[in-house]
Amino acid sequence: MFELDVTRVQGEFTLEVDLRLASRGVTALFGPSGSGKTTLLRLIAGLDRPDRGRIALEGYVLCDTATCRFVPVHRRRLGIVFQEARLFPHYSVRGNLCYGMRDEDPAAVARISGLLGIDHLLTRMPNTLSGGEARRVAIGRALLSSPRLLLLDEPLTGLDGARKQELLEYLAALVRDIDIPVIFVSHDPQELLAVADDLVLLEKGQVLAHGALNEVLARPELMSRLGGFDISAMLAARCHRHDVRRQLSELRLSDGQMLELPTLDIEPGQWLKIQVRARDVAIALEPVSGTSIRNTLKATITACQPLDDMASVTLVMLDAGQQTLRALISTASCEALGLAPGMTVQALIRAVSLARPAAAPALADQEVP
Amino acid sequence: MLTPLEWEALQLSLKVAGVAVGASLVPGIALAWVLARHTFPGKSLLDGLIHLPLVLPPVVVGYLLLLAFGRQGVIGQWLARFDIGLPFTWQGAALAGGVMAFPLMVRAIRLSLEAVDVRLEAAARTLGATRARVFVTITLPLALPGVLTGMMLSFARALSEFGATMTFASNIPGETRTLPLALYSVIQSPGREAAAARLCLISIAVAMLSLLVSEWLARRSRRRMEGRDV
Repeated sequence: MFELDVTRVQGEFTLEVDLRLASRGVTALFGPSGSGKTTLLRLIAGLDRPDRGRIALEGYVLCDTATCRFVPVHRRRLGIVFQEARLFPHYSVRGNLCYGMRDEDPAAVARISGLLGIDHLLTRMPNTLSGGEARRVAIGRALLSSPRLLLLDEPLTGLDGARKQELLEYLAALVRDIDIPVIFVSHDPQELLAVADDLVLLEKGQVLAHGALNEVLARPELMSRLGGFDISAMLAARCHRHDVRRQLSELRLSDGQMLELPTLDIEPGQWLKIQVRARDVAIALEPVSGTSIRNTLKATITACQPLDDMASVTLVMLDAGQQTLRALISTASCEALGLAPGMTVQALIRAVSLARPAAAPALADQEVP
Repeated sequence: MLTPLEWEALQLSLKVAGVAVGASLVPGIALAWVLARHTFPGKSLLDGLIHLPLVLPPVVVGYLLLLAFGRQGVIGQWLARFDIGLPFTWQGAALAGGVMAFPLMVRAIRLSLEAVDVRLEAAARTLGATRARVFVTITLPLALPGVLTGMMLSFARALSEFGATMTFASNIPGETRTLPLALYSVIQSPGREAAAARLCLISIAVAMLSLLVSEWLARRSRRRMEGRDV
């Protein structure tokens, strides 16, 4: 558990945060610029002191104004990857990687650089690296200092599309491999969807929402705050088999219902998280035929609520095998179909926007073989 | 190639300037760091004091040194207890040169320290480095070109020092008669234009050489930082 309960006043701006973060997995810190993300990060790192409060990681108190305890930056053992890579220009890549290590450990350097795909760069100097390579070295350097927590401050900012995607894939692989909590600061929804498990929404120095990514994304009152996020749902599914001829991958939800996606680069048996945007889900009362939509899930309506800021649109919450799915349909159709909680309907899924490997969900035990 | 007298003056000059730079390097870096990274009451006063030799007539500096380090001077009396007397010795000439050159050294080092990205230092701290380790492994290496420039400037300044040396250490052959003082002695007597010209050329050669060497060192350290082959 990572406990954060801090207040810091900077001129007109007040940061007031009280959070308990999970010991494992990736917590995304999301918010517009000026929301206090960087201020919070500096407090965690120990680069600034809170006016009041306590920060403790797994019971180890990093800072407590009540007892005047303040562990200095260099003894906190937090791996921090800043927006800019901040590589030391007069050290080689290897020198940078080893800077935070207590003892030389060539095996660890080899393992981490292999994981990040930087093993061919070890003798190069930082100024000769591309932006994406430099970020990866910075991440490797932070990891090799054997941190108790990994803090990533917008590590993908300023990279072009292809580099970003590449680094995102490394990151997604990395955070599954390490067993320390990761805090990922970002204002880019796509980055968060690709790596985050939990989401903390910051605004004007306050925590607006905190919870599982799926749960926070589902809250319609936060939709305008979440800006770039479309209301969506993250479903856990397991890769069942690949159909080479039709170039499709079959996925099964925990209740046995099946989805077909264009071939995924993943082993059968591996769990995935897939993102389904609410506006990509349509609803039919009966199973439909003669449609181009391949993916249909049987689901039960749990709630229908018109959006606060757009009453012409209604958000329908659906339960499909104990997973929440959301559909955004016009209020007129909702009324015409007479949709109400408790009804069993067909959810037509037009598109799945993102799929990424994930750990098996807790509900895997209840899986129908 | 050189006459024994010229050789003596050259060796003495190099010794005096070298000791002046060597002795002021550590305090120079320390003061430059204090001025570059800290704010405190009296900072402007300290800054002004360090810069004073740059704007004062060298003779005034020499006279002040004489007052402080002379037999009756506060520091002079204290040093006399250890049987150390600075006026009229080559060490005194080094002190005069060092004091005159100090502002140039502090300025150059301070500028380069200010140019070091504090975010790199913060990154090093988060990687577990103590402040001392950050200074030695990050700050100082990154400021090295400026440190070298400062050393070169102050070396050249100490080498060319005349007024303060003359006043504080006098013009004693073999003890404090450096190149500029030797040149001064030569042009005092008529008919020695050739000797004066030779001393002139030696001075120019030494100054040029130190300039080139420091430029080469600075470029080398910059290159290494930029990751190109040295």
